[in-house]
Amino acid sequence: MTETLHVPTLAEMTQRGEKPDVLFWVGCAGSFDDRAKKITKAFARLLQRSGVSFAVLGAEESCTGDPARRAGNEFLFQMQALANIEVLNAYEVQRIVTTCPHCFNTLKNEYPELGGTFEVFHHTQYLQTLLKEGRLKVEGGAFKGKRIVFHDPCYLGRVNQEYEAPRALLSTLESELIEMRRCKKQGLCCGAGGAQMFKEPEPGNRDINHERAEEALATEPAIIATGCPFCNTMMTDGVKHFEKEGQVQVLDIAEAIAQADEL
Amino acid sequence: MIEQAAFLLVLSLGVYLFVRQIQRLRKGLSLARPSERHDRPAERWATMARVALGQSKMGPRPLAAFFHVLIYVGFVLINLEVLEILLDGALGTHRIFQKPLGALYPLLIHFFEFLGGAVLLACVVFLARRWSGRIGRFAHSDLTGWPQQDAAIILYAEIVLMTALLVMNAAESVRLGTPGYLLSSYLHPLFAGWSEGALHAAEKAAWWFHFVGILAFLNYLPKSKHFHIILAFPNTWYSQLEARGRIPAMPSVTREIKAMLDPSYVPDATEMPARFGAKDVSDLHFANLLNAYTCTECGRCTSECPANQTGKKLSPRKIMMATRDRVEQLLHEPENTQTLLDGWISREELWACTTCNACVEACPLNIDPLDIIQQIRQYLVMEESAAPASLNTMMTNVENNAAPWAYAQADRGAWTTEM
Repeated sequence: MTETLHVPTLAEMTQRGEKPDVLFWVGCAGSFDDRAKKITKAFARLLQRSGVSFAVLGAEESCTGDPARRAGNEFLFQMQALANIEVLNAYEVQRIVTTCPHCFNTLKNEYPELGGTFEVFHHTQYLQTLLKEGRLKVEGGAFKGKRIVFHDPCYLGRVNQEYEAPRALLSTLESELIEMRRCKKQGLCCGAGGAQMFKEPEPGNRDINHERAEEALATEPAIIATGCPFCNTMMTDGVKHFEKEGQVQVLDIAEAIAQADEL
Repeated sequence: MIEQAAFLLVLSLGVYLFVRQIQRLRKGLSLARPSERHDRPAERWATMARVALGQSKMGPRPLAAFFHVLIYVGFVLINLEVLEILLDGALGTHRIFQKPLGALYPLLIHFFEFLGGAVLLACVVFLARRWSGRIGRFAHSDLTGWPQQDAAIILYAEIVLMTALLVMNAAESVRLGTPGYLLSSYLHPLFAGWSEGALHAAEKAAWWFHFVGILAFLNYLPKSKHFHIILAFPNTWYSQLEARGRIPAMPSVTREIKAMLDPSYVPDATEMPARFGAKDVSDLHFANLLNAYTCTECGRCTSECPANQTGKKLSPRKIMMATRDRVEQLLHEPENTQTLLDGWISREELWACTTCNACVEACPLNIDPLDIIQQIRQYLVMEESAAPASLNTMMTNVENNAAPWAYAQADRGAWTTEM
């Protein structure tokens, strides 16, 4: 199913004198990474299908500063944060939804101290609300009866204690939701956090994403679902490492829901 | 009368030595920047009650939690008997609670013996677990040498102290010809045929042994990982109460950037920190050092750490042990320049962290190794510009392109045209 979709920028809407319900904070991976862009588009389609009035910042969006801060560069983080907050406050943004748990954490927990207080949602939380309100309809479709294992992103789960929204969404797919031994609070990191995404790992026995992909594959899933573009990359690479990309798909929850609907 | 005097002398000496150790601890902790965590006292007391008193974070490992609770409850309740020992010793009485409590008293002693037995059982199980070599976090190289011995000494000491109580009760029961108590009655045959004088001496000896043992134990604590039985309480009181994912902003940096962005902004005249981030323990804050002294080296953090599980050098437990060792080093030799960074913790360890918070989640006492890692990373980047080259590239991209990769910011919305 192809849909035409025009995603307005906040600047355009403001010019027209309109105000969206929510700002979709796309994030760097969601804007530039080819794999993550698919997540972005899937989520945008779901928002549109649910009749949500939303906008993006487009060229006015900038890295939240999270990787710089976790790498130790407080100066660069605050440069990014204060500039972003100025933009967000100038548009009087109140509600933000994002598909990246790292952006989510930074916007939600770290911006208030610097003068940016918003109601921030991870996209799984937002979709769950749309589902509850009956605005988003999900049918099992393609995923009916399939084994899906969910990998908890650290900055959604352990850091922000959101374990249920992604699982609630997956359960609507009428799939068989399975858990790894290390899940929820004990979920194992994919290896990308803390700016590790942008560097080679330190010497060790193996890569963290191989460890995690092995654990996920041991549950014999059809789909490994996650809710973070970086986890997605790491798990996809891990699945390839074990040469299982033919049998096992790595999908963001937004993609799974969008795909279920399309069939 | 002489015995009373001896008792008071030994007690005063034990308490005096302990107070000196606490003063030393305070000196160590005062090396750090003062804590800002004095807000929200109600929440702090509640956290302490839940996490330290209520052991709420022990759950994920139920077997260890069960035996730990036995020792914990046993230790706390048997202290009622210690209170009796102190009063008897000071007043020259014998079992001062016996008369006022009447029929309840023997029941209480039965109960204490039950607890004592539970503590003995738990100590044996814990020793076996340590020696089995099958539990990774105990067989880990972090604990090679003294930390392993320290852990065993604590368990031996608890076994010996509990045994002394049972011997005392047994000798007394045999001397008085009473049926005895729950567990110590099994020791009665040991004393069969002893004269009244010998029994009395054995009872006294066990009493003194237990009393001196408790004082020795008390004074051993501050040198040991076992200090957590006391520090768990203040440590959880000083827990990080903000959202877990929040790294506190450096106000000096905020002022500088605000002045850059808005030339009319007048920064207030608060001073710049001596250093960005942490190079040594004196750059850390109070709660970091309290964390280090509270750490009981159980290794739950390290066993949950993704870097450690995949063979990297990083071990969050070692971060805490190194921090404590460095404070101790400075207390012994204030001039020693072997700083926490490089002297005790290597750069390789610090850069292996994914900031996933598994260590923070795993700690039963709300110790936060990540906070220390993060502060040293700040020092490395902001003072030494010593990040790995690939991270410098990432940061340059963020500066120039507003993204960690070198794409043009103008193309951020390009995906919308690809729909």
